[in-house]
Amino acid sequence: MNTSNSYLSEFSTVLLFIIGGITFLSFTFLISRLLRPHRPNTEKLSSYESGEQAVSSAWPQFNIRFYVVAILFLLFEVELIFLFPWASVFTDKALIEASNGTWAWFTLFEVVTFVLVLVVGLVYAWAKGYFNWTGDKSQVSDIKSPVPSQLYEQINERYKTK
Amino acid sequence: MSFLFYLPVLLAYVVFAIYAERKVSAFIQDRLGPMETGPYGLLQTVADLLKLIQKEDIVPSAAQRLIFLVAPLLAFTAVFAGFSVLPIGQSWQGAAIHSGVFFMLAIVSLDVMALVMTGWSSNNKYSTLGAFRTAAQLLSYEVPLGLTILTVCLLAGTLDLHAISIQQGVNENGNSYLLGIKPLGDTSAWGGFFTWNVFRYPILVPVWLIFFIASLAESNRAPFDLPEAESELVAGIQTEYSGFRWATIMLTEYAMMLLVSIIGAILFFGSWYSPLPNLGVIRLADWTNGINGNWTSTAWGIFWLMGKAIFFVIIQMWVRWTFPRLRIDQLMKVCWTYLVPFALLFLLLAAVWKILLV
Repeated sequence: MNTSNSYLSEFSTVLLFIIGGITFLSFTFLISRLLRPHRPNTEKLSSYESGEQAVSSAWPQFNIRFYVVAILFLLFEVELIFLFPWASVFTDKALIEASNGTWAWFTLFEVVTFVLVLVVGLVYAWAKGYFNWTGDKSQVSDIKSPVPSQLYEQINERYKTK
Repeated sequence: MSFLFYLPVLLAYVVFAIYAERKVSAFIQDRLGPMETGPYGLLQTVADLLKLIQKEDIVPSAAQRLIFLVAPLLAFTAVFAGFSVLPIGQSWQGAAIHSGVFFMLAIVSLDVMALVMTGWSSNNKYSTLGAFRTAAQLLSYEVPLGLTILTVCLLAGTLDLHAISIQQGVNENGNSYLLGIKPLGDTSAWGGFFTWNVFRYPILVPVWLIFFIASLAESNRAPFDLPEAESELVAGIQTEYSGFRWATIMLTEYAMMLLVSIIGAILFFGSWYSPLPNLGVIRLADWTNGINGNWTSTAWGIFWLMGKAIFFVIIQMWVRWTFPRLRIDQLMKVCWTYLVPFALLFLLLAAVWKILLV
């Protein structure tokens, strides 16, 4: 069909934007390359850490909270993908007439059921305290210090504010 | 050929917006802002660009070179591709994709990946922290953003930005009712702000508020600028970047601001249509919309659409210099325990409204 062909060809505009964006930036980087100096040295190429020598890699294990957020995002993004087609046929006149006007209520009921299942997930995460990032207490270290605790107490006594 | 329009406009806008940002912040803090370069400092951004283009492009030896170099380009391209589906005027459409909004949401999401790549590849502790925050923030706020856009699409019954715009002008279809309530009368012939989505469906006012907050977070703007957070993370994900590569990240941020502002104007505030209504014989809407198919409609369309978008950009700047930055745990809490449940609630209410009242 003619319409489907022209529909696909509309994506050429998107391609134009992508290629155009890359071309524009490459061109500017090229100009920049011709103008800018290139004088690297060890100090300049070292990682910035507020003037300190960078110790160890900056790619650590990360907090599990970020993982939970990612899973919740996945859940709701999939939900969104399913809701968009619904939104585009919700007010479809032909479908409303074919179902004697019950189409909108019917689809709304279906979607609410679907969303409620996902909202249970959100409520679960909420109740579990996954959004309460300051909730956990700092852990007391069980390392045995060679300094007796009375010494700390004495210092506290000496500098006690009146 | 909306490409020929949006690239120059975007570049001119960025030069203007960076200057405006400095002036807005200066006036809010009772300063003068840039005053030296050109009259009232008007050439300051141009001078900055000239400086940045001559700066050395430093790639730290510890960084992952390829990803480090490519990531800013990817970020800009992803956001710029989002512009492709935006219409400009009634007779000047972008890519006429039926699922335009959906496509835009999808391709702009790549921006998250690119920003995480910038942070992660730098192999810098500040950058890595910034990358984690970027991932958490941008992913989380995409949910309320998507839900609010969905609400508008639900009421409009289409995902095509051009069709959503057409519905908000003067038309004979009779699809606009005063305050969205059918018995109050038909306003389709009035045009102006009466047929804007926020006025046609007043339920969209709180929805727009959620959209605006989420869009601030999506474009990494204060009070949601945690990935950058200059007072705690030096410069966050951009710490190791220098010269024009850094400028590209900046360009992406400003492009994103313009993109969400245009989307906000199209979805909620009448797209390219004038706010002035037809009052009897005084055809204000017809006069200020131009004649369809004529160059006047395109000229007026550019004027109103860009005018509205720049108005929202100025509001974003005002917000930036008014509110303090959120903490990361507050950020998550605001998104998941306030914005998402309310966005879902308003989606349900909008659906019921659509069935009962319109």
